[in-house]
Amino acid sequence: MIGAGIVKGMAVTLRHLLRRPFTVQYPEERLPLPERFRGNELIWLVEKCTGCNTCAKACPHGVIQVETSAKLDENRYFVEKFEADMGLCIFCGLCVEACPFEALYLSREFEKATYRHEDMFRRRDDFINAQKNFSGYFYPYLDKERPKRLEGW
Amino acid sequence: MKEEAAPIKTETFMVNMGPQHPSTHGVFRMRLSLDGEVVVDVEPIFGYLHRGVEKLAEGRTWVQDVTLTDRLDYLASMSNNLAYVLAVEKLAGIAVPERAEHIRVIMAELSRIASHLMAVGSFLNDMGAATFTPLIYMFQEREKILDLFEMTCGQRMTFNYIRIGGVSCDLPEGFIPALTRFLGEMPRFIDEYDTYLEDNEILLARCVGVGVLPPDKAINASVSGPSLRGSGVRWDLRQADPYSIYDRLKFDIPTGKNGDVYDRYRVRMEEMRQSLRILGQSVRDLPGGDYRTKVPVTFRAPAGEAYAHLESPKGELGFYLVSDGSLSPYRFKIRAPSFINLGVLRDLLIGCKVADCVVTLGSLDIIMGEVDR
Ligand code: SF4
Ligand code: SF4
Repeated sequence: MIGAGIVKGMAVTLRHLLRRPFTVQYPEERLPLPERFRGNELIWLVEKCTGCNTCAKACPHGVIQVETSAKLDENRYFVEKFEADMGLCIFCGLCVEACPFEALYLSREFEKATYRHEDMFRRRDDFINAQKNFSGYFYPYLDKERPKRLEGW
Repeated sequence: MKEEAAPIKTETFMVNMGPQHPSTHGVFRMRLSLDGEVVVDVEPIFGYLHRGVEKLAEGRTWVQDVTLTDRLDYLASMSNNLAYVLAVEKLAGIAVPERAEHIRVIMAELSRIASHLMAVGSFLNDMGAATFTPLIYMFQEREKILDLFEMTCGQRMTFNYIRIGGVSCDLPEGFIPALTRFLGEMPRFIDEYDTYLEDNEILLARCVGVGVLPPDKAINASVSGPSLRGSGVRWDLRQADPYSIYDRLKFDIPTGKNGDVYDRYRVRMEEMRQSLRILGQSVRDLPGGDYRTKVPVTFRAPAGEAYAHLESPKGELGFYLVSDGSLSPYRFKIRAPSFINLGVLRDLLIGCKVADCVVTLGSLDIIMGEVDR
């Protein structure tokens, strides 16, 4: 019969019409973020960093710049400069994996749009004063400290 | 004076389709020469998305190059990651833990389903089957796969998950239950979409006998993937040249008969079912243990060359790497399936109607990130 296929198709459409909506109204409603969400911010812990420069070398885009004092101070170098241009960062997490002293983490923040590129530049003090919302990426033990997202979809 | 009746003059005329066109799957342009409604010549023009990935890769280290492969076929980044990493591992002779192999197969098959959902959805959309509806239905299922990816590696598109020697992190708690649930639900959805579209008269009228690609031509043009299997050639690298653990998995290779647009669509639908079978097996056999062989940040591949290929959702994706023993590749060549499959487009389109151009292009399932790279 001509049209039988279309009727069948319409039945599927009708069934979908009666389903619970799959989408959420974003700014008001939010989906839970997974623990390992790689948000667009880096978290740097000044007290753990030794200024070894491994993260800067691991980065595919040269986002991070590290400079230390020339002299040893209490058996460690003082990190004078730690800067990152988040406008260039692709949030790949390679720097986080490379850091041997667990000083670098990704954050779970993602609403970081700015009007100007300069506002994406993070200096040493910006890192120190930043709000720290650690992502469990590469550090799964961070997951355990937070309530689990179990319901998924 | 008597006027002579001049013969009616006809001219072909040129139509530019794209580069900004909703149905050309990215920035792709076709310059069509038309005789009325019939296409007499096509000139595919691309390069609008060229980023020079092959050159960029030569300036980055072996470890960092994984991030560049994400940006080729952005609908199936996991397969791209895997193909590159397989080539590096072949070059350097790195052994991969058993658990990592299973996780890789799970990810590759999930991204195959996601990519085929997108291919089928946008193909039906190209056809104007029901305006936007099929695409949105497919997106619902794809969303669940993206949630699984996000849970594992933290991102939804550029995963950067598969590493030289394994994968970047272990599966999170709650992944296996979520995946099992997905495997339970998905067959029902595929069946539902099948009944929705399989014997829809409009779909059949638009697809059957359109864009026929004969098997000999497909082989000569080096077409691979579902487009080749739609023509009835039983060639799938997962069985023809097994990599990872595919030689231990049981699955069928669906093929078409006529090589038309409809067959390519059916092959994709069937491949999703087969991928679910593979997923079921690799989840069942998932061993414990290590998920990564540590590779230093300053990894240097030994001098030499290697080519590794795999069956990506679009076809044979291969990486040819040459190393001179330094930190970064000396030559980084990508064999992109979309680019090579696009080679038959002109032959397929000449002689067909304008309205079928979009459908035929959609059935080849190209992705511009990979064509232009
Ligand atoms: S996340 Fe990636 S791109 Fe960003 S700073 Fe770290 S290594 Fe560089
Ligand atoms: S790798 Fe870690 S310790 Fe070394 S400079 Fe970077 S953040 Fe500091």
